[in-house]
Amino acid sequence: MIDRKWIGHELGASQLSIERGRLKFFAKAIGETNPLYTDESAARAAGYADLPAPPTFLFAAELDSGALFATLDRLGVPLGKLLHGEQRFEYLAPVVAGDRVTVSSRIADIYQKKNGALEFIDIESLAVNQHGAPVARLRSVTVVRH
Amino acid sequence: MTVPSFDSVRVGDTLPDLALPPVDRTTLALFAGASGDHNPIHIDLDFARRAGMPDVFAHGMLGMAWLGRLLSGWAPQSQLRRFDARFQGITHLGNAIRCSARIVEKLEVGGECCVRIQLHSTNQFGQTKISGEALVALT
Repeated sequence: MIDRKWIGHELGASQLSIERGRLKFFAKAIGETNPLYTDESAARAAGYADLPAPPTFLFAAELDSGALFATLDRLGVPLGKLLHGEQRFEYLAPVVAGDRVTVSSRIADIYQKKNGALEFIDIESLAVNQHGAPVARLRSVTVVRH
Repeated sequence: MTVPSFDSVRVGDTLPDLALPPVDRTTLALFAGASGDHNPIHIDLDFARRAGMPDVFAHGMLGMAWLGRLLSGWAPQSQLRRFDARFQGITHLGNAIRCSARIVEKLEVGGECCVRIQLHSTNQFGQTKISGEALVALT
């Protein structure tokens, strides 16, 4: 069982530079064919300053920095036992290539179901861009299979 | 893309479905790299077996990204306000996912006209993989 002392724990800030090449790679990986996600001129024509980060892309910040998996490791949770339970995004401002986004998270809750066979780690995050403007709120529930 | 207007849509309207090819290992390898989720459970068969799974399986966030494609294909992403997913089943290799969406409410949020959209993704056997919800602002 995960020690409940971790409730309230802060993961620390993770910085993610939004790079065009990475966004194009992400678009390819999800089969996105709309040119606005891969062609700068199409993005500009659609009113974006550069290629926009697709709706779920910001989840990469704490994966890239290693903050999420390092935290789960400290909680004693093996990678092979993880499932993603829930994910929420609230969008506050656009994120485009060239932006530098900082994501800060805290463990909002840890709870169990099915007599402890499943544990849930609820993490809430705020993403802020290089101008200090909030761009998104994220909420993520990770399930641990015991 | 013809951007839908608030007046032109009705509760009960469906958005165009998005049908995906069956999940294969290449898709998972590419998504691991692109998304930053390098958990070997999605890309390394030996690791998956040691963890008690019969094989590797898809990242939940891949399925959510597909629902995101459905949404941004219907209305510009800049009009997306909220996007929530509940992962309800593991998406296995060979699963061909179909994403669907339906308008369930027209409402005002923070002074903006919005639609609440119910999201659903299922495999070819009709098993639900994700149920979710989105809030999209329309003018």
